[in-house]
Amino acid sequence: MGKALLGLAGAAVALAVGAGGAVAQDKLKVGFVYVGPISDHGYSYQHDQGRLQLEKELGDKVTTTYVENVPEGADAERVIDQLAAQGHKLIFTTSFGFMNPTLKVAQRYPDVKFEHATGYKRSANLATYSARFYEGRTIVGEIVGKMTKSNVIGYVASFPIPEVVSGINAMTLAMRKVNPKAEVRVVWVNSWYDPPKEAEAAKALLDQGADVIVQHTDSPAPIQAAEERGLWAVGQSSDMTRFGPKAHLTAIVDDWGGYYVDRTKKVLAGGWKSEDTWGGIKDGMLHLAPYNPAIPADVVAMADKTKADIVSGARHPFAGPIKDQSGKEVIPAGKHATDEQILKMDYFVEGVVGKLPK
Amino acid sequence: MSEFAVFLGPVLAAMLTAATPLLFAALGELVVEKSGVLNLGVEGMMLAGAVIGFMVAASTGSSTLGFIAAAVAGLVMGALFGVLTLGLLANQVATGLALTLFGVGLSALVGQGWVGRPIADVPELRIPGLTDLPVIGPALFGQDALVYLGLAMVPAVHWFLFSTRAGLVLRAVGENHAAAHALGYKVARIRFLAVLFGGAMSGIAGAYLSLDYTPMWAENMTAGRGWIALALVVFATWKPGRVLLGAWLFGGVTIAQLHVQGHGFAVPAQLLSMLPYLATILVLVAISRDVARIRLNAPACLGKVFHPDG
Repeated sequence: MGKALLGLAGAAVALAVGAGGAVAQDKLKVGFVYVGPISDHGYSYQHDQGRLQLEKELGDKVTTTYVENVPEGADAERVIDQLAAQGHKLIFTTSFGFMNPTLKVAQRYPDVKFEHATGYKRSANLATYSARFYEGRTIVGEIVGKMTKSNVIGYVASFPIPEVVSGINAMTLAMRKVNPKAEVRVVWVNSWYDPPKEAEAAKALLDQGADVIVQHTDSPAPIQAAEERGLWAVGQSSDMTRFGPKAHLTAIVDDWGGYYVDRTKKVLAGGWKSEDTWGGIKDGMLHLAPYNPAIPADVVAMADKTKADIVSGARHPFAGPIKDQSGKEVIPAGKHATDEQILKMDYFVEGVVGKLPK
Repeated sequence: MSEFAVFLGPVLAAMLTAATPLLFAALGELVVEKSGVLNLGVEGMMLAGAVIGFMVAASTGSSTLGFIAAAVAGLVMGALFGVLTLGLLANQVATGLALTLFGVGLSALVGQGWVGRPIADVPELRIPGLTDLPVIGPALFGQDALVYLGLAMVPAVHWFLFSTRAGLVLRAVGENHAAAHALGYKVARIRFLAVLFGGAMSGIAGAYLSLDYTPMWAENMTAGRGWIALALVVFATWKPGRVLLGAWLFGGVTIAQLHVQGHGFAVPAQLLSMLPYLATILVLVAISRDVARIRLNAPACLGKVFHPDG
């Protein structure tokens, strides 16, 4: 992939030189729309880190603009439209709820390229991209399965959508492989970002005997709750070590920079196509934050092996046999869940306590 | 020890902490409304307190200074509201809403560089023997100082309103500002002081969230708790004791729904989150049926602009 990128960069440079002075003056304007503040130190922060990487690598050819704290809804359409009207030729909208507004604006500006994160609607000038977050959850599952003493893992979850459900399942499957006695308790806070509520949920789970808190919400509040009790936690979206230096086992870190650079180069070179990208650890779209030194060496070795196996394809996070909560086999032995099955996952696997809200 | 007691102990302890910010904000607003002023800016004043309290505590390392600064920040926001509505006779509802919107934006701007900075938690009290009591121990004897201060404010506010001369004057101003004015009381000044008190209490409520509950600053971190406090005052029919009950109920439901989920009971979380508001509507319906009762408790001049000449 690195060589391909170099080739593209070369093409882009050739194009820029070929087109002469006009291109050198008119840099490509790239816009970003974030759902949260870039200071959330989680999801939106990581997207902005990607934007900064783009500026660093292609700063001589592009200028970037970002709009943060954009609510999902009517406002989003206005913001995206404004970016397009201001002459941005490539616009990344980074939250699921921006899907329909992005599609509408894309229809109005056929010569502008749009990229929407975590959605599924595409058109000639609207591509989609997301990361296989569940791959990270598999590695996390093995670590927490080994670290727990109470055999109760608390999971602070946002919304019961397939992305979150598949994360819970991937972690539970890997955890049960190394520790069949452990169980996962899930609390839904129905928000992506509500620090007090996330803290309350984490405390409720700790009160119920959980000694590791895993979260699929964006604030570091659950890490702080675990740190206060002297127990463990796993961060979300970015490295949250400083909110709980002792508690922070690792974190699933989103890494969008490579993708943003790659796609921008394609626009510069004129080879951009609308497509769907669903990248994993192999593609560099996510990685794990440095492991807590308190994790024993054999557990680290196991996590590293699992990571290597996922990258090589030797291990699939949803390899059968998989049974749902009622004991019914959903994925038979010898098979693994297809991408479509993962994207539509609407059941909990064995080992998760509690019903999935429908 | 039964399964239920294991469930109940942590819920009780968490309920008291969840109720504390509601209690501070609602008691402050209760005094404001008793003086005849409706300040809908509680949320904005809480956010101002949360961000200023956090900044001061993070810079000085002292949470006590943080709380004092938060009270001052809330007080300044209250003073702004007072100048506009009592001095310039602006509409109270519109000004209060504006104060909330202003507080949301201002706190986000001021706190920009402070997001994601961790600070030390306020330590909890430990009373050997008592804190270790089963079920009620952690709830009653293992909290931080602000929880006890909040509880102490309930009888204090009640005593002030119903057993002191100043409280009587404040209530008189809220019931009939024209008559109070005719008797020579300075209506605007008394109301201004009440608004300042409400602001300071809201500021402390906000700082409780940013210094203690979740020791961090995040934009809009009050997440609607100011509005719950406003609903709580009506729910309590303007009585301090009932504010405490309401705060426990509202806080308890929030906490209980999370605990219930963790235990795997199939209760829709959204239904439980809705319950406090449903209860407020029911109380409103109940007290509205009996006109005499609501007249007894609701300040008659609530939200009315006072002008000495007419």
